[in-house]
Order: sequence, then structure tokens, then C-alpha cells
Amino acid sequence: MKAASDANMPDATFLDSTELVLNMGPQHPSTHGVLRVILKLDGEKILGTDCVIGYLHRGVEKIAENRTWAQFNPYVDRMDYVASVSNGLGYCLAVEKLLNVEAPPRAQAVRVILTELNRIASHLVWLGTHALDIGAITPVFYCFREREEALNIFEKYCGARLTTHAFRIGGLQYETYDTFEQDVKAFCDMFPPKVDEYEELLTGNRIWKGRLTNVGVLTADECKEYGVTGPLLRAAGVKWDLRKAQPYSGYEKYDFEIPIRQNGDTFDRYIVRMQEMRQAVRIIRQAVESIPEGPIMAKVPKVIKPPVGEAYVSIEAPKGELGYYVVSDGTTQPYRVRVRPPSFVNLQALDRMVRGGLVADIVAVIGTLDIVLGEVDR
Amino acid sequence: MAATPWESDLARELKERFGAQIGETSTYLGQNFIVAQPEAAVPILEYLKLEADFDYLVDITAVDWPKRPERFDLVYIIYSFPRNERVRIKTYISDGYQPPTAVGVHLTANWLEREVFDMFGIEFAGHPDLRRILMPEDWQGYPLRKDYSIIQQDQRWVQENLGIESGQ
Repeated sequence: MKAASDANMPDATFLDSTELVLNMGPQHPSTHGVLRVILKLDGEKILGTDCVIGYLHRGVEKIAENRTWAQFNPYVDRMDYVASVSNGLGYCLAVEKLLNVEAPPRAQAVRVILTELNRIASHLVWLGTHALDIGAITPVFYCFREREEALNIFEKYCGARLTTHAFRIGGLQYETYDTFEQDVKAFCDMFPPKVDEYEELLTGNRIWKGRLTNVGVLTADECKEYGVTGPLLRAAGVKWDLRKAQPYSGYEKYDFEIPIRQNGDTFDRYIVRMQEMRQAVRIIRQAVESIPEGPIMAKVPKVIKPPVGEAYVSIEAPKGELGYYVVSDGTTQPYRVRVRPPSFVNLQALDRMVRGGLVADIVAVIGTLDIVLGEVDR
Repeated sequence: MAATPWESDLARELKERFGAQIGETSTYLGQNFIVAQPEAAVPILEYLKLEADFDYLVDITAVDWPKRPERFDLVYIIYSFPRNERVRIKTYISDGYQPPTAVGVHLTANWLEREVFDMFGIEFAGHPDLRRILMPEDWQGYPLRKDYSIIQQDQRWVQENLGIESGQ
């Protein structure tokens, strides 16, 4: 039925037009930093996206070329600032590779403990903010409560909570503090029941499932095509984790599993990350019970001058493959440090994940990508 | 420790297939790399992806050597999930040379090449969307070139867009 008033309407009104370009960010609470996404919409449906990044670009790679090898170490913490220990581990391993030295066993065990604690802390930030974006307010308080315990251990160990600079090239600077092992064990006892608590709130929750299931699907082939790694790849059914594939820092000594799921949607990525936190506790417990005695620093010269050459070393950071391509020209300063950031590469898949979906889903998808803009922009 | 020749079936296969386009297949610190002619890089990526399961392009990056006639190293890092093996492909290119894009082989290359363009001014021929990615779009200069000083900035851009004399 055509209403009489229709005749007076112009051919195309604003409400009539099918395409709308909407600007999301850079100041938007659910973009987790300064990310701007330009959305092309048809009603509620997303026709395409374009990410504008670089607001947090500080030229980390340029800074590296103007510092000595050791001086650059604290800078890497500022990239993925919720997983700074992982950043530091990757950089130290890369320079150690160039120097052809290996950290002593005691240092390796302490590195594993702190890195896995940091993986838990990073996943807790992800879980809290992701749930907050979806509309569940409670988990963020719970997550930050437990994250505090992990950060307290960092603080007692090296004095810093967020940008820790916990490791040095060749091993560790500080011996563990007196109650380190007790604190870590206490954390391992305290934490798994808390994960149960989060799961009780979310896993079976109908709203949570409804918002996440079949949202932002990325298949295994698409992941490989886009270079997407980490929990996103594992949620698509690829059993691949650098800690198993190419073990570093003694990960081959510990018994743990790589959690995977098959659908590659946002809900599966949630499950994978929850399982990863449990596996991290498992690794920490094994490591803390068998910290070997011995030195904490390898024989590294006071002035670090790696021989001319280059190396690429990567680790399994909480977000995916974090790689360092380091080039030395034989001087005290790096000739080139290239960081292969997982967040940057994973963010590229955003368009594929949300295209054809609803505008409300983009918030869930940015959350599930678990990006840190400090690392995207460097 | 110098680089030693990389002896493997894959290296021999590549040399047979690409002949003189591959200059060197070596190992340094246990990491394998290929030095290839610039125009051969993308065909090698494609060959390795289709014939040898190197299905994951990890990274593309560049290194600036201003004193060399071929000014830039262009480095592709690839990985194979089935083989659990990583290989680097290195090419030496001169300033102004436009290497062909790898987007047709690996979609990841899109942003990675944009970043190389942004930082080094290397233009990739045939790239679908070659814009700056981290720096502002109308910024002048390429920050990761060695002749770009660490305190250098695009004065005009800073004054026009930030309304301040200088960012220093």
C-alpha cells in the first residue's frame, strides 16, 4: 500500500540512501586505544572498513638505531605494554642469537615463569575489556583483581609493574627475591579457581554466547593468508604454537598442551584464551618447582658488540608471533631492529572478519583481536 | 662466524628452478636465507608457497645501506606450517627501483609493503593501495632511511597540523 504522503517525498532522503560512511574512533572506548575505523554501512550491515592507524607511532625502530644494544632494551616494553615481559624476552633472545650465547638454565626458568605470568596478565586485560565491550561489567573487576597479584610479583622482582625491563641481554640482572617461589606457588594455587569463576559468569551465559558465536569468523586458510597467529589461529583449528614448534628458553622441558578449537569464531577464541591461562599456570608450576641453581647471567661482554650479521628470532607472545629481525654492523649500536608485531598483522584481518556482519559486532571483533595500539603503531 | 652454504633438497631444487636468479643459498646462526635477483623474489615466494608449503608470509622489511649502489636490502621472511621451517629471501635493490608487489601471493603483504613504503620510500609496483600507514599521509620524507636524522621532522606538517613551531 502506497501512502498518499509518499508522493511528496523527494527521491532520496538521508534515510533512504543505502550507503553511509561512519567514523569510529580514534577516541572511542571500545577501540582499546587510538584506532580509527572508517565503516561503510548499509543500514546495520557493514560493507567495508578501512583502518587508520599510526596515532601512537613513536618510531621505536628508529630509536633503536640511535641507542646501544642494551639501551634499547627498555624501549621494547613500551610496544605491547600489557605484555612487556614477552617483548623483552623476544628482544633479549634475538640479541643473544646474534652474540651466539644462551642464558644459563636458572635464568631461563625464571624467564619462563615471568613470561607466563605476563601471558596471564595480558589475557586478563583482554578478558576484562572484551567482556566490558560486550556489556558484561563484572568480569573486568575480577580480572584486574587477579592481574594485580601477578603485577605484585613483577614489582617485588624488579620494581616495576607494567614496563618491567625484567630481562637483560644474556640472562637476568637480579636474583629472585626471598619469597619469590612461595609467591609464585601461591598464585598458582589461587588462580585456577578464579578462571572457573570467570567461566561461570560467561561460558554458559546465553547473552555472551549469542553475542560471540559465529561472529568474526576467520578460517584456518584465511588466517594463514593474512599471517594471523596466536589464539586466533588456534581457534581456527591449527595446532601451532611457537613454544612447541620451535621451543626457546627451555619450553621443551615443560609438559603442556596447545588448546585449539575448530570454528574460528569469537566464542572459540574466548575458549582458547581461557584454556591458555590454565596451561600457563601448569607451565609456571613445573618451572617454579624445578628452578635450577647456578648463575643468572651468561658470559656477555660489558660492551655489547655483536659480530656483523643478522638474525630473526620470534616468540609466542600472548597475541601471536612476535619477531625481531636484528642486523648488526659490528658496532655498539644496532644497525637495524625490525619488530614483527602480532597486533599489527592481526589487525589487517579486521576487514575480512566484520565484512557482511552487523555494526554492533565490530566491537566484539576488535575485542577478540586483542590488539594493543602501542604495538600496532610502535 | 661467517655464513656457510645451505645444503638441502630445497636449496638445490630452488637453484635448479631459478638458476642464475638465485645468487646464494646460505645458513647463518642456523637460519637459512636466499639471496635473489629483485625480480625473482615474488616468483620464488609463489613457487615456495605452491610447491613447498611455505604458506605463511611472516614479514617484509628493508634495511638501508646508503653507501652501496643497491641501496636497500628487501627481506621477506616466510614460514611453512607443515615443514616447521623458516626461510628468508633477500634482494638488493637500488633507490627508485620498484619491486613487484607480493599481494597476489600472500594477502599479508598489503600492510607490510605499505609500512616498508612509508618508512623507506620503496614503491611496490602493482600494489592495490600504496598509501602511508603509520605516518600522516602528507608527511614528507622517509624516517627509517639512514640519512633521515632522529630529530628530523616535517617542519611544515608540524606547523600546519599541530599549530606549534616545532615538535622538538
